[in-house]
Amino acid sequence: MTAPFDLSDDSVVVIIGTGAGGGVLANELAQKGVSVVALEAGGRYLPQDYVNDEWESFGQLAWTDARTTSGDWRVAKDFSGLPAWIVKAVGGTTTHWAGASLRFQDHEWKAATTYGNVQGANLLDWPIDPREMDDYYTKAEDKLGVTRTGGRPGLPGNNNYKVFEAGAKALGYKTIHTGNMAITSDDGGDRQMCQQTGFCFQGCKWGAKWSSAYTDIPEGEATGNLEVRERAHVARILHNEAGKVTGVEYFDADGSLQMQKARVVCVAGNSFESPRMLLNSASSMFPDGLANTSGQVGRNYMRHMTGSVYATFEEPVRMWRGTTMAGIIQDEARHDPSRGFVGGYELETLALGLPFMAAFLDPGSWGREFTTALDSYENMAGMWIVGEDMPQETNRVTLNYDVTDQHGLPVANVNFSDHPNDVAMRNHAYQQGVAVYEAVGATRVMPTPPYPSTHNLGTNRMSANARDGVVNAHGQTHDIANLFVSDGSQFTTGAAENPTLTIVALAIRQADFIAGELSRGNI
Amino acid sequence: METTTGPKGLTRRQLLSRATAAGASFMVGAGFIAAPNGAWAIETIHLTPETFATLTQMARDIYPHDKVGDEFYVAAIKGYDSADAAKGIEAGISALNAAAEGKGFDSYLAVGWERDRVDILRGMEDSAFFQQIRGGLVTGLYNQKAVWPIFGYEGSSFEFGGYIDRGFDDINWL
Ligand SMILES: Cc1cc2nc3c(=O)[nH]c(=O)nc-3n(C[C@H](O)[C@H](O)[C@H](O)COP(=O)(O)OP(=O)(O)OC[C@H]3O[C@@H](n4cnc5c(N)ncnc54)[C@H](O)[C@@H]3O)c2cc1C
Ligand code: SF4
Repeated sequence: MTAPFDLSDDSVVVIIGTGAGGGVLANELAQKGVSVVALEAGGRYLPQDYVNDEWESFGQLAWTDARTTSGDWRVAKDFSGLPAWIVKAVGGTTTHWAGASLRFQDHEWKAATTYGNVQGANLLDWPIDPREMDDYYTKAEDKLGVTRTGGRPGLPGNNNYKVFEAGAKALGYKTIHTGNMAITSDDGGDRQMCQQTGFCFQGCKWGAKWSSAYTDIPEGEATGNLEVRERAHVARILHNEAGKVTGVEYFDADGSLQMQKARVVCVAGNSFESPRMLLNSASSMFPDGLANTSGQVGRNYMRHMTGSVYATFEEPVRMWRGTTMAGIIQDEARHDPSRGFVGGYELETLALGLPFMAAFLDPGSWGREFTTALDSYENMAGMWIVGEDMPQETNRVTLNYDVTDQHGLPVANVNFSDHPNDVAMRNHAYQQGVAVYEAVGATRVMPTPPYPSTHNLGTNRMSANARDGVVNAHGQTHDIANLFVSDGSQFTTGAAENPTLTIVALAIRQADFIAGELSRGNI
Repeated sequence: METTTGPKGLTRRQLLSRATAAGASFMVGAGFIAAPNGAWAIETIHLTPETFATLTQMARDIYPHDKVGDEFYVAAIKGYDSADAAKGIEAGISALNAAAEGKGFDSYLAVGWERDRVDILRGMEDSAFFQQIRGGLVTGLYNQKAVWPIFGYEGSSFEFGGYIDRGFDDINWL
């Protein structure tokens, strides 16, 4: 059979979502000759469609279907309907992402063992040996074209980086560079070289930054084994009396309910929608939702310990020019409990345009204290903090039956509160970030609160033991052999690093497993 | 928003001759408000000109930028001059004036010092009206492309070939 596939074709692998996890898995399986139907809630946008305008781009790409929030995180107050800044489009959030692509440190695969008992944290070791990941990380870096790996040169530093680097050196930091970025830094490859446009978060109009939207998806489609159905919003996953999944129900572009049969279903809707789909698929056989005998579906939501530091200087910086996030200090990423917390964090350059700066610098604040900071926008430099946060059972995605979406489905409520370890780490990071800028003459520093989450992890976590999590080491659900989780929601713990390289490496690894199990007739 | 002929086809001079001062920053006439020097003027349909002038002052006091002219604040709030919004805005501005009177001023616009107006605003910052105006300004003011150059922000760069040859690394003071 070649694509397109029939609704009643029960030999296909159905993948829900086409972002970092789903988009890569779809292509990898298609390359191996497996028939794949990828269902994507959003529409298809390509580099010619992206716009260099923050709010307009947000309107074009962001997921704005209703969600609700609770917990003591500030996002619940300032952006109560927008817990996350993620994308609804073919390619998922890889259209928006900045491209920072880091490997986990070895000890981060074994957080429970390394950090010991942290009160209130639901820590667990990943059921994966770090050495198993080496080759997959290399494959992922080659696929994404990550700078400073595989002989690819680093990106040149922009103005924002130069301020950051000078401060970091003055402070005595050692591991400082323009990042491991999934952005083309030379003229050699298939993708165009970065033109320093400065709108990485709005979709790269040059296609210099990797996104599954214009790499893996079309490559998979070219095999004839992949059909991507856009504007197809999956409502629930169906199963038979034997407890195997048999297909999915989705609303098509016209809002009509369709049913696609499947041999295997892979959920990759990002960490709110993936558990929401499993919970919304509850049946008399699985009253708590699919794959949820552990009760862990939706729990252990992690968003990374984040925050930003902006600083103003006497002279112009013009941080918005050039690559948004090509700059990193890695010295604080180590695990060193003498700092007063377990785990570590990275400091990365970050620039926002004026419209987003006004919205995110200090949400809700007003008056001259706020506006004088924006008056110095041209003289501002910025960095983002990303560190490991603690999984907590009560930080979770549940169904909110009081609020329904355009299809009448209960929406996801996202409950989140910081763990004391997160707070201690953030305070340390603020202090270090401020010190970096003060070392180069900052006239004012602004430790800025976390934005709506861009990294969303952990809500269908991986565990060795079926009691502790939702999926096994291959992302296969403990409860249902032909149901998989293929996105960031399978993370056992978050590590200090930006997650996407690991999501991609796991998807490549999962494709090997699924193809093997299919040919062995196990699923 | 430089106008030679203002609302109702009047010239600047005619316009100003038909208006009276409202506070230090605005001239108010029948169905319009204007800058004291006539540099800009705008007609109001659903809101009284006094209310619109007060709202403009309130907008500036919430997000004061001394280099940003009143016309940008006017542009940010002119959507409130609509049938749907007007009632709520008139009520909100009445409350604002009442708060000013409570502090011994004739009206909000009659308060001379920004500090005193901000004091009045602080007293109502949790109100739905204040939050509506503040929240709307975050995009209404800062997402105006015409305002960006005042802050040095350069906006879209793709059509100029990005910054690879236009100063992405031109910092010279480090
Ligand atoms: C501004 C920004 C910057 C970022 N920068 C970086 C970075 O530098 N480095 C890094 O590692 N990460 C970065 N990230 C995070 C990165 O984008 C995500 O970690 C990654 O894309 C997550 O992959 P995913 O497969 O889990 O989900 P996504 O990529 O979000 O894909 C999920 C897809 O599923 C679809 N979907 C959801 N529900 C349904 C449904 N019911 N039916 C059908 N389809 C559905 C969605 O529409 C979406 O397309 C950034 C994110 C943002 C927002
Ligand atoms: S800075 Fe480079 S990677 Fe980012 S959007 Fe521009 S060209 Fe693309």
